[in-house]
Amino acid sequence: MPNLNELYDVIVVGGGHAGCEAAAASARMGARTLLATHKLETIGEMSCNPAIGGLGKGHLVREIDAMDGVMGRVADAAGIQFRLLNRSKGPAVQGPRAQADRKLYRQAMQRVLAEQANLTIKAIAVEDLLTDGDSVSGIIGADGTPYRAGAVIITTGTFLNGLIHLGEEKTPAGRVGDPPAIGLSNTLKRLNFPMGRLKTGTPARLNGKTIHWDRLEMQPGDEPPVPFSTLTRRITTPQIACGITYTTANTHQIIRDNLSRAPVYSGQIEGVGPRYCPSIEDKVVRFADKERHQIFLEPEGLDDDTVYPNGISTSLPRDVQTAFIRSIIGLEDVEIIRHGYAIEYDYCDPRALRPTLETRKINGLFFAGQINGTTGYEEAAAQGLMAGLNAALKVGGGQPFTLDRSQAYIGVMVDDLITRGTNEPYRMFTSRAEYRLTLRADNADQRLTPLAMELGCVGADRRRHFDGKLTALAAARSLASSLKATPNKLNEYGIKINADGVWRSALDLLTYPDIHFSDLTGFWPELSTLDTSIVEQIEIDGKYAGYMQRQEGDINAFRKDEALALPENLDIDAIGSLSAEIRQKLKQSKPTTLGAASRIPGMTPAALVALLRYVRRDKKSA
Amino acid sequence: MSVSQTGTIFAPATATGRAGVAVYRLSGPAAREAITRLCHPNQLPEPRQASLRTLVDPVTDDVIDHALVLWFPGPGSFTGEDVVEFQTHGGRAVADTLLRVLAALPGFALAEPGAFTRRAFENGRLDLTEAEAIADLVHAETEAQRKQALRQMRGALGALYQNWHDRLKTILAYCEASIDFADEELPDDLMQAQRGQLQTLSTDIQQHLADGHRGERIRDGLSIAILGAPNAGKSSLLNKLAAREAAIVSPIAGTTRDVVEVQLDLGGYAVSLADTAGLRETADVIENEGVRRALARAEKADIKILVYDAGQAADAATDALHDNDSLIVFNKVDTLNDAARNALRHNARACLISAETGEGLAEFTRLLIGLIAARYPTGGAAPLTRARHRQAIEEATEHLTRATGATEAALMAEDVRLAMRALGRVTGRVDVEDLLDIIFRDFCIGK
Repeated sequence: MPNLNELYDVIVVGGGHAGCEAAAASARMGARTLLATHKLETIGEMSCNPAIGGLGKGHLVREIDAMDGVMGRVADAAGIQFRLLNRSKGPAVQGPRAQADRKLYRQAMQRVLAEQANLTIKAIAVEDLLTDGDSVSGIIGADGTPYRAGAVIITTGTFLNGLIHLGEEKTPAGRVGDPPAIGLSNTLKRLNFPMGRLKTGTPARLNGKTIHWDRLEMQPGDEPPVPFSTLTRRITTPQIACGITYTTANTHQIIRDNLSRAPVYSGQIEGVGPRYCPSIEDKVVRFADKERHQIFLEPEGLDDDTVYPNGISTSLPRDVQTAFIRSIIGLEDVEIIRHGYAIEYDYCDPRALRPTLETRKINGLFFAGQINGTTGYEEAAAQGLMAGLNAALKVGGGQPFTLDRSQAYIGVMVDDLITRGTNEPYRMFTSRAEYRLTLRADNADQRLTPLAMELGCVGADRRRHFDGKLTALAAARSLASSLKATPNKLNEYGIKINADGVWRSALDLLTYPDIHFSDLTGFWPELSTLDTSIVEQIEIDGKYAGYMQRQEGDINAFRKDEALALPENLDIDAIGSLSAEIRQKLKQSKPTTLGAASRIPGMTPAALVALLRYVRRDKKSA
Repeated sequence: MSVSQTGTIFAPATATGRAGVAVYRLSGPAAREAITRLCHPNQLPEPRQASLRTLVDPVTDDVIDHALVLWFPGPGSFTGEDVVEFQTHGGRAVADTLLRVLAALPGFALAEPGAFTRRAFENGRLDLTEAEAIADLVHAETEAQRKQALRQMRGALGALYQNWHDRLKTILAYCEASIDFADEELPDDLMQAQRGQLQTLSTDIQQHLADGHRGERIRDGLSIAILGAPNAGKSSLLNKLAAREAAIVSPIAGTTRDVVEVQLDLGGYAVSLADTAGLRETADVIENEGVRRALARAEKADIKILVYDAGQAADAATDALHDNDSLIVFNKVDTLNDAARNALRHNARACLISAETGEGLAEFTRLLIGLIAARYPTGGAAPLTRARHRQAIEEATEHLTRATGATEAALMAEDVRLAMRALGRVTGRVDVEDLLDIIFRDFCIGK
């Protein structure tokens, strides 16, 4: 008879960004949820750079927020410098980003989770999984205590078999100062998950008091700051500026002279690192003709002197790090609080997952975050959200909840992971989204909140807020379409329009590339009563109208292929005329639709036709 | 699932008719049975080696023919399946019997047009451009068509498209870089520079598109119209060229009231030659309609042959049609005296012929072929061979034009993406990883 106190619906292993979001989502769905992490104090820790959002990543945060997730609200509470990136390049590619106070972030996250109903948080070092046949049934703590649940979500980040490289030193760890999770890694290997090894790195941390800030260019944030969450009315945390500095010829010389001592060059590291986040030694070698590299000096907190030097991630030995850092402008006398390092960790090939992030091998076992080969807090949180929702649905007997590539960046990411896998830490970029003009940060709530409300993971606050916004939008649209004028009148006023005698509404006029809302408020003063966020939305919709219409056609075609479901028990070997390579790929990712199969790299039209034929024939004979 | 899609297909690979040798091709899982059941002796020959066998009707035991038999086991064959080739003597009787006997074999079906190529494509033996080139080769009835199809397979067209493809891919990668890595140290004018590149590429593609549909013309056949006054001898000329009575020829002016067309091979070019109603003012409603059609035909013809009655006075209606794509012919020169002939010879680009006696026809044909070859050369830059290609490339240029005019980076990138996708329908899909490879190769990214 299991201890009823230790019986849950869903257990989340890990208290990082994936774990927090997973636990919160599962609990919002009404599932009795346990968050098990080895250390309560580090729940919500930002292990690498103290920033949330950016391009693609900011979109993910908005989408998490639209599903009533926690990351956006927490980042708003902790943000000390907000910037909307790509302001001039168009709304579809604008990404909100904020630097966060590391301590405030942790505190805000821990507070939000503590307030979450249905959620229990315990300090448990998880050693092993409980399984019952091919289903998961719980976890076992380091002291041998079993905790039972219908679903388990593993979000262990870099802790799985983590190994830190600092010069010639190698230390098993999940993060500096924290032990790695060896037991769990062995469990996953025992269960025959396809495990691989990845690498990531982090720069040294500097004492801000010893930086010559007066020698640096400073970059302030936006004024007023644009928050992540639609529920945040105003950012109240004090805002700070960051410093910008550059490496020097001397820096590059020091690095070049010591390359043989860099683990990435000495062959000491086997894992693959991300191309978009190279170490400074990589940059110096690969772009040898570049005279200097830019570095952002980002304070880690309001009452914390630690500074994060963004751009010089390294695993060179301590003495080399100290020497090259002190050759950088403004850092001549800097004191190093902690040296940078590279970390290698185990990940599971995400092609072993279903679209819900449940493993195909073990029922009820879900993976989210870096364990799936991704990098970044936002990518982790978005997976945590999806795994949390689906774990709760699974236990509660509900239908799986998935998002496709035309609905959300979350859908793009999950589809990329489960159909294509990844051989470097996967990061979101806006260029990964085919329907980029549709998947904007500004309309994340309109895309996803209705789905989330139907699913039942949205609280009363957001529901009220969202309904209010929809009402305001409808009213504003109806007002803007009721205000009409002739070209003559408009031309008299200075709004240049073809004199064809056709009456045009304010809404019509906003579809013209060179007519802006602000041009119309003088002509129709009623418009100036509208809320700026509503105006912005209407204006974007107008400017993108033509493009959206075309994109809608594409999306419909895309959905046709997605609608062609492939059976999960598809016997790949029974399909004729497939090459061994294609067969292997189909077995690895087990695509669930013909569309997903077509996105597997190396897939040929011939193979797709064979697949389609086989499935069609299968259907007929069935 | 029908036999034609999964069973064994067969078809004559050569034109039926009076040729000396006829080739039959069979492809599919049961292809070998055609050998074991029809051939005597009935064991499979060495792969890819010709072997002489007797073909026998398995039901009646009648000898069909003596044939060379080739055996190409899959997947190394042209279609990727087992393939058998029979080379028999030409002639209707053998063809009829063999096709009937093959159709009676279980699981065998006569191939739909293009079915072999499609199987080859589906089995990964060909890419789409190659498959189309082979389809063209099969249908190539003339030398010019064959030359073009062969060149496409060797990749002149492929190389041209590849060049556009690579340029557009880099432009797109740089656009995406300036969007996705706004916080990195990228060149300030990256997006602006791409605008310039886009314009150059767009111009290059448009120039290629402005080739007068040369490739498609060669593939589909050139349209040539014979025009002139009533009774100038247009129909006689057509009949001489076609060497058969395609148009009714009579001395009554206005006999041809509609457009009469014949298909010809002229110097290796597939040509559709059209005889038209004589151009004159008339009260006859039907003849008037004929004149209207003649003028419409003149409008869309690739080459015009303007026929004058050498013995008649000036003909303004025909003069009005004269342009660079026309060839002037004075017919009925047999009725002229030497002085009148010499007067006409001053017109350097004119031919003096008599459709009646055949005088000057050889010279006329030579000049006509020369004009066609000058307008539609088969050497040099690879022309577009397919309407499908043209459509995809036209769509790409539309997006390129819109992209160069876009006010916003996101919208510019959107049209560059769509242009890449359209071009990719001809040259192959570009994946986001391809773009990221370029970005991380060309720019030092990473904070």
